[in-house]
Amino acid sequence: MRNPTTLKPLLNSRAAVGALLVERGDLLVVSSLSSTLYDLAAAGDNPLNFYLWGGMGGAIMVGLGLALAQPSRPVLVLTGDGEMLMGLGGLATIAVQRPKNLSIVVIDNEHYAETGFQESHTAHGCDLPGIAASAGFPSVHSVRTEPELAELVPLIHRSAGPLFAAIKVTATPPSFLLPPNDGVYLKNRFRAALGVKS
Amino acid sequence: MNSELQSWPDDIHRVLSQERIRNVVYVPDAGHTQLIERCHADSSMRTIVLTTEEEGIAMLAGAWLGGERGVLLMQSSGVGNCINMISVPTVCRFPMLMLVTMRGEWGEFNPWQIPMGQNAGPILERAGVLVHRIDRAEDTAETVQAAARIAFNSDRAAAVLIAQRVIGAKAFKAAPQ
Repeated sequence: MRNPTTLKPLLNSRAAVGALLVERGDLLVVSSLSSTLYDLAAAGDNPLNFYLWGGMGGAIMVGLGLALAQPSRPVLVLTGDGEMLMGLGGLATIAVQRPKNLSIVVIDNEHYAETGFQESHTAHGCDLPGIAASAGFPSVHSVRTEPELAELVPLIHRSAGPLFAAIKVTATPPSFLLPPNDGVYLKNRFRAALGVKS
Repeated sequence: MNSELQSWPDDIHRVLSQERIRNVVYVPDAGHTQLIERCHADSSMRTIVLTTEEEGIAMLAGAWLGGERGVLLMQSSGVGNCINMISVPTVCRFPMLMLVTMRGEWGEFNPWQIPMGQNAGPILERAGVLVHRIDRAEDTAETVQAAARIAFNSDRAAAVLIAQRVIGAKAFKAAPQ
């Protein structure tokens, strides 16, 4: 048994996302809305970031479509606990498809940070990595510490997935850092940077 | 299930093939059975079963980001599951082709199908989707082709509602409710 005091989140979300992307290589990144999106923008705007400013619950499925269409590129979906909880069925769909190049990383602050800091289900024992494992994900990780985060970083480039990780982070108010929100622009620059047609 | 093969699902499969559709994503519906079987058998198509229809909207957006085309197959009740997610293709102008087999209209026996059957078209229109409708089987190919072209050439969300009368009551006689 772990000592309950060690289960308190220690990691800062912005630092954690920064660590994931410090050497992003040829990573394609999809982000869900709200604080995860700001954390991705803080790590550096990039044409190969696709920010979902809406469509809550859909981030991992955007990642699935992208991963299947671009099997030679590693795809990272960054999402929050609230957004992930809204689209749990997608974990089952992804586990059936088994795209090796897809990694889903939940930045889990156990709260709906942008809407008044209400607690989410993960604050009450809902085990997202357990759900992903039960859905059939072959690579599942719970990250609470710096060493565990350091172990996760290379895995998102390795294409031995689909990978699911939940990073427990401290519940801090979202720090706004706003990338472009014009969906047509974000779509077109992504596709242009990737070099795809029709 | 109905053992009698119909021509309109094969017409749809042919058009999807001509329009270079790679991803065929669906929540199963009895009305789409024959088309789903055709797509499963077509090695140029990747078929993916979803847990709910809105997954398909998001997935096809991601596939388009990665350079692939797709189509979402569903029943009219599934339209209601998609509404907020349709904001992704309408805001970003993702091509989004949806083929909807209708329930709750022509001789429906299940009253629980009527709310979405009667409202799927107007709801899709209010959500910003260009709605087409097939009331006669012989119009299937050209209607699906028109919807696919406006979706992929004009970067819009387009739906084709396939009337329950086209699908035929037979398809439901032996189907579980």
